[in-house]
Amino acid sequence: MYGWIWRSLPGGVPGKLLGCLLLLTAAVALLFLVVFPAVEPLLPLGDVTVDGRPPAASPPP
Amino acid sequence: MSRGGRLFRAALRGTGELLITLGVVVLLFCVYEVKFTNLVTAQAQEQLSDDLRRAWAEPAARSTEPAPTASADPAPTGTAEPDPTVPAPSPPPVAVPAPVDLGGALAVLRIPRLGEWNDEPPVVVEGVRVADLKTGPGHMPGTALPGQLGNVVVSGHRTTYGAPFARLDELRVGDAVVVETRDTWFTYTVTGSQIVAPSAVEVAWPVPGQAGATPTRRLLTMTTCHPRYSARQRLIVSAELTATDAKSAGRPAALAAPVAAGSAAGAGG
Repeated sequence: MYGWIWRSLPGGVPGKLLGCLLLLTAAVALLFLVVFPAVEPLLPLGDVTVDGRPPAASPPP
Repeated sequence: MSRGGRLFRAALRGTGELLITLGVVVLLFCVYEVKFTNLVTAQAQEQLSDDLRRAWAEPAARSTEPAPTASADPAPTGTAEPDPTVPAPSPPPVAVPAPVDLGGALAVLRIPRLGEWNDEPPVVVEGVRVADLKTGPGHMPGTALPGQLGNVVVSGHRTTYGAPFARLDELRVGDAVVVETRDTWFTYTVTGSQIVAPSAVEVAWPVPGQAGATPTRRLLTMTTCHPRYSARQRLIVSAELTATDAKSAGRPAALAAPVAAGSAAGAGG
């Protein structure tokens, strides 16, 4: 996979390096801005409330 | 080499690259959770700070009408006989802040025990939706507003998104928790902490543990996840209003002096 990408990039070694950098940046940006925020709720790190319900949902006396 | 051998080697190499890539992605996710989310919150907090400053600069924004639960408020003039079952009646509020929309900035939270944590005290937002808590500690809608009779419930992240409540476990009984609103410093004093199941909604009731009871005290309850990096339990810190100071009179006593050196050992990190 990576070998194929390296061979496919144009512009000799400098161009290939630049292309790699751009691809890497794009991949990290995609992960940080789209993928990770989407999968984050699946982790329990954000569960800080008690049941997440307002007390209005508490049973009557 | 035979065609099958080449294919096998290609497949093996591809699988290896894929697994290494997945490992790097998981590591990046850790970086994202522990570092990047802090940047998101820092930016949001800056915005909320600006919102607060602007809102507090406007003279008309002040709410003078009694808030919903204030109808159950005993006469603040002191004519009412104090209830003997209530050991220390909270002082009456000076000015309960006006309610704000979900996601809006409500108040500023300061905890002298946490030392340098107060260099950038978090702005509390209204709401405990996932999006709200990404911007700062959230005030649970429907619970009392700062200074009101009942229970002010504030939830905050322990590990990610600025982790405003990361060190909530360092609070001790008697520590001050100061809530700054438009006109008033509300100083709450920690009365205890407990670790409960995530389903323990009773800690957020107006009278914790007593469903439907009419509140007679002004409480503050802070909740976060426990232990850190987990969601197995919740850490609950309870406090009660002990002082109400108009902001025109300067900073409250709790913020005037640093916590005594001996007792601040736990906050030295």
